[in-house]
Amino acid sequence: MLEYFASLNGAALLRACPGGIAQGLIWGIMALGVYMTFRMLDLADLTVDGSFATGGAACVMLIANGWNPELALLIAFLTGLVAGAVTGLLHTKLGIPAILAGILTQISLYSINLNIMGKANQAINVNATVLRITSNANLLWRTIVIVAVCCVALISVLYWYLGTEHGSALRATGSNGAMSRALGINTDTMKIVGLALGNGLVALSGGMLSQYQGFADVNMGRGAIVIGLAAVIIGEVLAEAIIGKRLNFWLRLLFVVIGSIVYYLVYVFVLWLKFPANDMKLLTAIVVAIFLAVPYLQKMRKSSFHHAGVRARAQQKGGDR
Amino acid sequence: MLRVESISKTFNPGTINEKKALCGVSLHLAPGDFVTVIGGNGAGKSTLLNAVAGTWPVDDGRILIDNVDVTGLPDFRRAKYIGRVFQDPMMGTAANMQLVENLALALRRGKTRTLRWGVTKAESEQYRERLAQLGLGLEDRLTVRVGLLSGGQRQAVTLLMASLMQPKLLLLDEHTAALDPKTAAKVLEISDQIVSENNLTTLMVTHNMKDAIRHGNRLIMLHEGRIVLDISGEEKKNMTVPQLLEMFHTVSGSDDANDKMLLS
Repeated sequence: MLEYFASLNGAALLRACPGGIAQGLIWGIMALGVYMTFRMLDLADLTVDGSFATGGAACVMLIANGWNPELALLIAFLTGLVAGAVTGLLHTKLGIPAILAGILTQISLYSINLNIMGKANQAINVNATVLRITSNANLLWRTIVIVAVCCVALISVLYWYLGTEHGSALRATGSNGAMSRALGINTDTMKIVGLALGNGLVALSGGMLSQYQGFADVNMGRGAIVIGLAAVIIGEVLAEAIIGKRLNFWLRLLFVVIGSIVYYLVYVFVLWLKFPANDMKLLTAIVVAIFLAVPYLQKMRKSSFHHAGVRARAQQKGGDR
Repeated sequence: MLRVESISKTFNPGTINEKKALCGVSLHLAPGDFVTVIGGNGAGKSTLLNAVAGTWPVDDGRILIDNVDVTGLPDFRRAKYIGRVFQDPMMGTAANMQLVENLALALRRGKTRTLRWGVTKAESEQYRERLAQLGLGLEDRLTVRVGLLSGGQRQAVTLLMASLMQPKLLLLDEHTAALDPKTAAKVLEISDQIVSENNLTTLMVTHNMKDAIRHGNRLIMLHEGRIVLDISGEEKKNMTVPQLLEMFHTVSGSDDANDKMLLS
């Protein structure tokens, strides 16, 4: 035991933190995309596991072909838009349940991503390209500032859009479809728009991550939906705890990104504790399952058949006496 | 204002669950008509309203609203002509949006949703006034999430939403059926108020014969997908519940205790 604690190196943890923050910020943009579909549209969209890697693949290949890295990110965003729109069309125009539509797009993107890259992974020639988003230790803090500014800008744009007439109609679609149609909102179109925008953000994030780590991998999006959900949920819990009643929508969106940063800092911490890296996805899934279950369990604690039965038996005993 | 020309609708055609819900129904509402619709279970009351609202396409016939043929338009394209209140109080409002946001969505019914801001200051004032007229104290709760309101309050809000953008036709589908008697009376009172203030052409389905006689200027009775009774003016005013029940039994050719229970 002592040996274990002695083997832990405090300085190493401190050194790993900036990397965690940078990754958290990048994945925060992905989490904003998940927030769009999961919270605004009330759809669990599994396209993201594929579109995240598509963004990365497109970005890396464009840079390899001499494109400007920032322009490559824009194209990555566009690939996500298309991927999300395909899921939306499968769901609304062909009547396929949303979860299945997402899975179909995701699995087809696996092939598409392999085709984009020509093999399972592709590296960026970092000596030939000037990257603004990079894990290079000397430039890490600059990367963090750049990505943070991107996050704040994207949050502001999302805040603005969701406050407009169009964005309100999108939120109404997620909240009550029948009402939305009665008020003249084309709910099919709104779902397609929401899924497209969400996946656009996800692919943008994938592009950023590929620049950060210097390569894209066909499996880089595996389990992305779970990480996105984890960030959304951690953010919500933290926001409720810290800000409570004065929480406005802008802060809500900000806390999605903060949730993602916290997730990655915890990730760094757990790895530092020498938790096997192979088990991280299992741990993440368990954490998300617990957080998703908490509201339900709280409700059950207040009112369940089990407790009703216990009360009834207690009363019965009292009556017998 | 509303012209329904011999519309028909069969659900699950060709299966053992086949149900002829509407069999050549024709109906014409003049501007300002307030028509109450009664009938037993499965008579086609809600089906008629859903046909007019465009929930699904009809098999046969035509539907015109203010001389515009809407037969080929889905519900959200007809929405600019129609205000709707559903039976389920949860269905007419978006629970996790603010009261003011719900009203703002309704003010833009049938209009193109632009990238302008969703709620303006000026319209908030208008909402405050209109909510005050409901007399439910909602005018000071503009930013409350609608999900926190009671069923009666939500139904009143839905009524207000249906009339914010003057509709050519108001459809009320048993909109008080899920409420307790006192709240139901209040919501009916608000309905009357909104209909008469805006001189709305209205179609109201109800299970309650008393309400059907007391409200509106015309009453129709449906049975097995057909209009079997259509009275208005003095004849309707002087109608009593027993008379109406009697007529119901004559036309339906049954003395079904169930129907009696349902309609009285």
